[in-house]
Amino acid sequence: MTSINSTDTQTFTAKVATPTTRLVGALALVSMAWVVLGGLIVTPRDVNQGDAVRIMYVHVPTAWVAYLAFIVTAIASACWLIGKKHSMGFDRVAGASAEVGVVFMALTLLSGSLWGRITWGTFWAWDPRLTTTAFLLVTYIGYLAVRGLGGSIEQRARRSAVIALLAVLEIPLVHFSVLMWRSLHQKASVLSGDGDIKMDGSMLTTLLVGVVGFTCTFAWLVMHRQRVLAMQDSMQMTQLDAALRERANESKEVK
Amino acid sequence: MDHAAFIAAVYAVTFSVIIGLVVRTVLQGRDLASKVADKDKPWT
Repeated sequence: MTSINSTDTQTFTAKVATPTTRLVGALALVSMAWVVLGGLIVTPRDVNQGDAVRIMYVHVPTAWVAYLAFIVTAIASACWLIGKKHSMGFDRVAGASAEVGVVFMALTLLSGSLWGRITWGTFWAWDPRLTTTAFLLVTYIGYLAVRGLGGSIEQRARRSAVIALLAVLEIPLVHFSVLMWRSLHQKASVLSGDGDIKMDGSMLTTLLVGVVGFTCTFAWLVMHRQRVLAMQDSMQMTQLDAALRERANESKEVK
Repeated sequence: MDHAAFIAAVYAVTFSVIIGLVVRTVLQGRDLASKVADKDKPWT
């Protein structure tokens, strides 16, 4: 641990990583390298889609991580609301997870759009899966906007927790949209429920490694982002304390 | 490879965005960590 600055009682260490985050980061790096190599070179062409199937190794894991991120946001928000101590750690995990989820949801829409251009001949269609996914993205952008509104840290946590618990209800709508309505988007290939996975071994392995790699990336990002949020909150509280002390001193001088 | 430009674009954009997010997070974390006292950083 390297101390770059110190006062009489406080030390300031410019480190955010821990052995756990390093391990998760290393796992993510190895998995991602596998996805690039496997997705672009090792795996065979699909009998129907040809090389376009290579987009699947990125598109499916990003969609999975986006869902996971929003579910984590909802669980952390529920923990904050239910918990007697209202631990701000839960609120920060919720916020960090939503930030990462929004990025991965946007990447899902982008990769899906390019895949759609190849297979459907268009970048965008007002299809149930695409429309509900875009709606989900906009909802969580709104969630992040609400987190950025003024007020105390507790006010931020309370209002965003309520929104997170409502917003997560959209996920089943998105996931089952291909079953509930007629859709251009294909139905689930791996999680179809019948246990019959019609996919080549190397394709399935690369897809699963992709899911693991993107999940590790998500975990790494959330751990680091929630630490960044914790430090931002700490600085905000320090600045608030300093402003209150200054105000108190001013009032003493007037008297 | 058919549709190589589309496939390359998907991989390039996805991994560029993720790397950008990681770099931004690391830099922001280091910057804040040098300003916030260790007592407010339970992981140190």
